[in-house]
Formats: sequence, C-alpha cells, structure tokens
Amino acid sequence: MSSKVHVQARINGDDVEFLCEPRQSLLEVLRDVLGYTGTKEGCNNGNCGACSVILEGRLVNSCLVFGFEIQGKELQTIEGMGSPEELHPVQQQFLENAALQCGICTPGFIVSTKALLDKNPDPTEAEVRYWLAGNLCRCTGYDKIVRAVLDAAKAIKNS
Amino acid sequence: MSTNGYKVIGSRPIRHDGVDKVTGRAKYGADVQLTGMLYGKVLRSPHPHAKLKGIDTSKAEALPGVKAIATAADLPQIADKIADLGEAVVNLRDSSNNVLAYGKVLYRGHAVAAVAATSRHIAAEALELIQVEYEPLPHVTSVLEAMKDDAPILHEDLKMTEMGEETDKVSNIANHFQHKQGDPEAGFTEADMVIEREFETATVHQGYIEPHNATAEWNEEGHLTLYTSTQGAFSVRDQLVEILQIPVSKVTVVPMEIGGGFGGKISVYLAPVAAVLSRKTGHPVQMTMDRDEVFIGSGPTAASYLKIKMGATNDGRITAATAYMAYEAGAYPGSPVGAGAGCILTPYRIPNVQIDGYDVCVNKPKSNAYRAPGATNAAFGSETVVDELAEALGIDPLEFRIKNGVTEGDRRPDGPEHPRIGCIETTEAAKSSAHYGASLEPSSDGKLRGRGVASGYWFNFNGGRSAISVSVNDDGSINMLEGSTDIGGSRASISMMLAETLGLSAKDINPRVVDTDAIGYTDATGGSRTTFATGYAAHATGKALICEMKKRLAQAWEVSADAIDFKDGLFSYKNDEEKRGTFKELSGKIGGTGGPLVAQISTQPDGSGGGAFATHIVDVEVDPETGKVDILRYTAVQDVGTAIHPSYVEGQLQGGVAQGVGWALNEEYIYNTDGGMTNSSFLDYRMPTSLDLPMIETILVEVPNVSHPYGVRGVGEVPIVPPPAAIANAIYRATGTRMYELPMSPPRLASQMAKNA
Repeated sequence: MSSKVHVQARINGDDVEFLCEPRQSLLEVLRDVLGYTGTKEGCNNGNCGACSVILEGRLVNSCLVFGFEIQGKELQTIEGMGSPEELHPVQQQFLENAALQCGICTPGFIVSTKALLDKNPDPTEAEVRYWLAGNLCRCTGYDKIVRAVLDAAKAIKNS
Repeated sequence: MSTNGYKVIGSRPIRHDGVDKVTGRAKYGADVQLTGMLYGKVLRSPHPHAKLKGIDTSKAEALPGVKAIATAADLPQIADKIADLGEAVVNLRDSSNNVLAYGKVLYRGHAVAAVAATSRHIAAEALELIQVEYEPLPHVTSVLEAMKDDAPILHEDLKMTEMGEETDKVSNIANHFQHKQGDPEAGFTEADMVIEREFETATVHQGYIEPHNATAEWNEEGHLTLYTSTQGAFSVRDQLVEILQIPVSKVTVVPMEIGGGFGGKISVYLAPVAAVLSRKTGHPVQMTMDRDEVFIGSGPTAASYLKIKMGATNDGRITAATAYMAYEAGAYPGSPVGAGAGCILTPYRIPNVQIDGYDVCVNKPKSNAYRAPGATNAAFGSETVVDELAEALGIDPLEFRIKNGVTEGDRRPDGPEHPRIGCIETTEAAKSSAHYGASLEPSSDGKLRGRGVASGYWFNFNGGRSAISVSVNDDGSINMLEGSTDIGGSRASISMMLAETLGLSAKDINPRVVDTDAIGYTDATGGSRTTFATGYAAHATGKALICEMKKRLAQAWEVSADAIDFKDGLFSYKNDEEKRGTFKELSGKIGGTGGPLVAQISTQPDGSGGGAFATHIVDVEVDPETGKVDILRYTAVQDVGTAIHPSYVEGQLQGGVAQGVGWALNEEYIYNTDGGMTNSSFLDYRMPTSLDLPMIETILVEVPNVSHPYGVRGVGEVPIVPPPAAIANAIYRATGTRMYELPMSPPRLASQMAKNA
C-alpha cells in the first residue's frame, strides 16, 4: 500500500490542494477525489479523448497523466469553461448546431476545441478534423461538431 | 413558423438538457457518488469455453479493503422465462448465467466473480487473488463451424427448434425458421438473369463512448435503488426482479444520463452484481466497466453468413429471391436474425420469396441489439445482389429499385402488408438529388473513384407503453415527467409535441426523465419508438390538459365547458372578448377551480404505421496499393415521417451513416485461435474519427406516419442499414472488385484486388 501524496495546483483559476495515491491518474483524481465529474472516462488508455483537459496550455488526456504530476501546475477542465448564464462561444455553438446527442464526449470535444482555437483562431475544416481526430464521438458522425467548431471560431473572431 | 403548418414542430429550438451537457454538469451513471460507496470489479474468464470446477476466494477476501465477493452462488437459480426487452427477446435464466457464470464459462470475458472493495485499485488487486479452477473445453467461434454436427456444443440441454417445433436434436442451432411466399423455383425459371452470392460479416460493437455502469444501494429495509445509464429504466427493473427474485415494489431504478447505447444498453451486466455486493456489504457499490470489458464482456452484435439468390426479367422486374441467413447468437440463443429476416428484401415487391433464418450459439459474448439489429448484415448481402442484377440488366441501380419498390398494400416477405410508407418517394429523391446528378471527377493521382448506392428498411416499433405526467405552473410553464431515456434529443422532440398541442413554445416545457417510482411503465428507448410513442403520449396529455382547462375555465367564466372553444392556441367563449386567451395567459387565472392543473396519461399505440426506408449515395476513393478507402461524399435520403426537430433528425442520419461506414471499412472483432479477441481497445477496434469522414448530406423526405397524430416516423435505426452495401457497390465501381466480406479493410480489399488482377 502506498501512502498518499500532497499536491498543490491551480485548477480553473482556483488554488486547490489534495491528497492522492501515486497510482491514481489525473482523471481519477479529478472525478473521485475532487468531484470534477465533467471530465469523462471513455477508455482510460488515451484513445477516445473524453477526458481531455488543458495542462499548462497543452491539451492532454487526463487518463494518461498521474494526479501527482500536476503539482505546481495550471489545469483547465470543462468546469472552468463558461457558466449556464454565460456560455463560452464554443459551448454556445455546440448548442446552436445540435452538435451533441448523448453528450458523453461533449466536454472532451469542447475542451479540445478551445485548445485548438487558442492556437489557431481561424482553422480550416481539414485542420478541425485533424485536430479533433483524437476525440471519438459515436453519435453524430462529426458533421455538426465540425460546423460548431467553425462557427465558434467565427463567433470569437467577431466578438 | 415551419412550412408544414405547425408552429413548434419543424423548428430547431436548443435542447433542454443542452446547457448541462456542454458545461459538464449533466450526471451520467459513473458520476454518482454516494456516502460510504464501495467499488466493484468483475473477474472474467480467460477461456472461451470451460467447465467451472471451483472458485477459491479466500485469499482475495483476506486482502485489506475487500468487503465482499460474489459468484453465481449468490444468485437464485431461476427457471427458463422469456422476456421481451424491447429490442431483444431474452431468456432470463441465460441473463442470470451471463452476469455471473454458473457451471460453465461460454466465452472469453464471461463474468465469473466480482469483488467490492474500498477502492477500485484494491478491487482490481483482489481479482488477481481469486483462484478459479477451469476444465477447458473445445470452443467454436464461427457460425458455419458451430452449425456442423461435430461442433463443440455450448448447451447440452439446448434442443433445436425447427419451423416452430422443438426437436430432439442437441445443437448449437437454437432455431431455424422460414418465411415463404409464392413459388421461388418457378420464379427463378421465369427470370432472364439469376445471381447468387455468399456473404460474411464480422462481429461488431455498438461502440458507445460511455462504458457500462451501475451503482446499487440495497438498504436495511430490503429496498434496492439502482442508478445506471440505460436505454430503459423499467427494463432494468424487470431484469433485476427476475434475476434477483425480489418483488417489483422493492426496486427503484434511477436512470442517469446515458452516454450512447445503440441497443447495447438494455440488457443488464453489472446491475444485478452490484446489487448483490451491496446486499452483502450493507454499502452502496459502484461498478463500471473498463473499455476492454465493454468489448469482451457486454453484447456486440452478430457476425453472420448469408447466401442470397435473386432473379429478374430483362425488363427489370424481380421475379424471385431466396435468402439463407445464419447469425451468431453468441453464448446464448437470441441473435437478431429474426429482425434481419424481416428486413432483408423488404424494399422490393417480390412475388416468390423464401427466407431461412438460423440462430446459432458460438463461444463469443451474447450478441445484443445494435441499431436496426440484423438489418445491416442483411442489406450488405441483398443490396449487393440487387446492384449486380441491375448492372447485368443494364438498368440504373436507382431506377431498378424504383421499378421494384414497395408501396401501400404490398406484402412484406415476412407477411404483413405495408401501410402508407415512403419507399418509392425516398428512392426517387435520391435519384433526383444534386449528388446523384453530379459527375464524379476522376482522381489525378492514380487513385480509383466510384459511386455506389444502396437502400435499407427497418420496421420501426410503433408501439409499446409510454407514460407522461405533467403539472402546470402558475406562469403557464409545464413540468413534464417522462420515463423514456433521452439518448439524443428526445426531451426536446417530446416537449415540442406537447407545446404544439397546447400552443406553447418548446421552452415553456420543463422535461424530466424520472425514476421508475415516479412515472407509469415506459418501454425502453429502442426500436426507433421513443419520439413516436412517448410523443404520442405527450400529445394525448396535451389533449387531456385542454379538456381539463375547459372545465376550469367553465367554472371561472361561469359558462358551459362545451361552449368553450380551443383553436390555434386560443381558448374562447363565443365572441366574448373578456373570455379568451392562450393556455399560458389563462393557466394562472384558474385559482379556486380545483387545485393545480395536472394530467397523467399512459398510452400503448397499436403498432401499425409502417417502417422507415432509406437510400444512400456514396463516392469513394480507393488507394490501389494499400486498399484504403476514403469517403469523398455521402448523401443519406430517408423517409422521416414528420421531422419534429430537424437538426436531431439529421443527426440520427449522420450518426447512423458514420457507424455504417465503420462497419463497412474497419470494425471487427479479431479473434485468435485460442478464442480471444485481440483488438479490444479503441486503438485497435477502429471506429471512424472526424478525419475519416466528410460532411454527411441529408435529404429528409416527409411521408407522415398515418398512425401518429403528428405523423412521427422513427428515424434512428434505418440510417445504419445501407452504408456497407452502398460502399461495397462504390468500391466495385471504382476498382472492378466485388467485396463479399465485411469489413472491407485495407488488407482485405488489397488482397481481393490482387486476386482479381
């Protein structure tokens, strides 16, 4: 049995402290330790993107990062994006475009899209499809998701 | 205002559950966290077929943090009992043995035991300490091998049913049935051209992104509360009642948001096990599957073998067809061959037809429903033969389909007559589409391009039980409770029908999917029934509210209820300007007339109304060196009845196409000779990504369903049916190579092209 590790990090702009086992993934820490259940588990081995988060400005699968690895780092999760009163443009465009059906992959797609638009505010359809290839959706066929991302880029540019 | 004369129906409001889902607030099954909750994990068989000689759990029990272990000994042994779960009929004894193996394991991945511990890591460690003694038996993992007389037998007590009669024959073939009309031999004699082909399709998985989950809390009063992501909370309750042999009043199933199902989340896997572990420990127990477990331990859909023969005259009239269909049931009887046989030749008027279906057990997971169960395998075969016939006769493939297409009054091969349907309208819309009219430019870099088409049919379940319960707030908004799982926007579509009925807007309705104690029995979300059937109930509830509102207004206005009119969203009494108003305006002004306005309606439509037809057009590009197929353009045309929320109707078409593309090109369970699946991850079981697909064009043909007040026709399932055949036909046009085996993955296609070269 391992003893727990003390970790301090900044999550969605708030200073957060927690204890976790060294073997616990960041995904597990977020969901089971901190109660941030907006980050979803689809495969737990880096293939589906449902657990996408932004760590130090870089898009990662939280299932492939250990919880203790975020010591001293800045993390953004879906919980830090928009609020029901003021949605982020990416969230708003996912709704306007009906770009979700069951919704389980949606937080991952939205976080992944934010990471894309932070780097490339004016992506082509091909660039969107390439970037999002790490996020699996089984419901939509991606059509409306890609449109939502392109519309979100426009909305951000015009705002 | 939409073009169909409706105010709300046909518009595209933002779905009610949307904000929760884009902000991560929506609670799915694995998001449940209860005080004192333990975590459960399942030990699975490493053998595809073995006798269970003994299970020693003592070492695992001694591990600190382990609170209980369950095996089949903790489940009551129950008798054979057949239950209809909406999309699949199951024997509940088999269901019990599937959730925890009894006596024998029948596939690699079969659940053998389960542990509850204080953490998921301790539970996983404990699994390694459970000692199971197996006596391996010979196994069989292909349908044709399993049908042989000398094949290893999965169930010694399974007697083959032959044309409805149980025989004495012990066999892996659980059932052989037949549909026959006319005289096929005579029909083939009449034909100028006869084509016969054999086909094979692989085992594929629904591939929902959310793994199975269940959280059980069995309290001290003996009441079981089960939180889970399911297509049917009442179906889960039924299964728990039977598998655990407990009274129905002692079970509450709380449906959480569901992360995809496609037919695979109606049967229970973890729920009874979590319940037993909760009973044994006195704690809530949560169980979730790993992705690997989802592949090997839940229910994919059947691999199959088909032999199809079809004949037509020189002027393009189909005279006869026969189909031999053998589907893998997996470990227990119950493949979707019955549904496949009811769909295979249904888009065509064929005077002489015979279909033979075989349901065959093999050492693979028990097969389960997957979007239009059985119909995709079937259409891959039949729509390829139709394409070959049209080509041999020199007739345009869509023209050939229109010429032989079914209309109202024609008989399906399995018997029933079609009511008003949109088969011909759909095919004609495909033929006149921009896509079909556009020429396909050749590739400039040596790749091969071709266009293919295919049609498909799915019954649609225009029936089942649905309940709606509403209470009206003083501001005229309505809380609407329903029992139908919302798997892709049905809160919106059902709310829209209630709003349309009452002259409200969609956002005036506050829809809630509630637990099994809070609403009348509602059948599972499956069979493309939900928007049809629960929308049917919503309309009836709206009508009941109008009736009740008239009674209340009669009191308030001191007039006779019969004299109050409701038209275009307005209640009125004669021409009295004082006595008129909308539902919204008046619902707050009926105080003192008998308490809050409420209504509760339960409905069970009679099942008539007819099925859904689709025709797809696809352009592909094949790399002749690697055999890789790219989809350049895709158009899905479908009779959707009335499109209540067109965006989510389009979404169903696009999603079905994407799954069909995966089934066509990449997806398969790859088995080794030891009976194990070698690709049980999303990396190796290759589902389409955003990079693999173009935009998917949709053409919605609206032939209203005469059995629904708003003309709703189920739309969710049929769009997966045509893609494999359409793509196979396109590959042939591109390369000259016909593919008779799914998936048409790069190595398979490259090797077939090399053989033909």
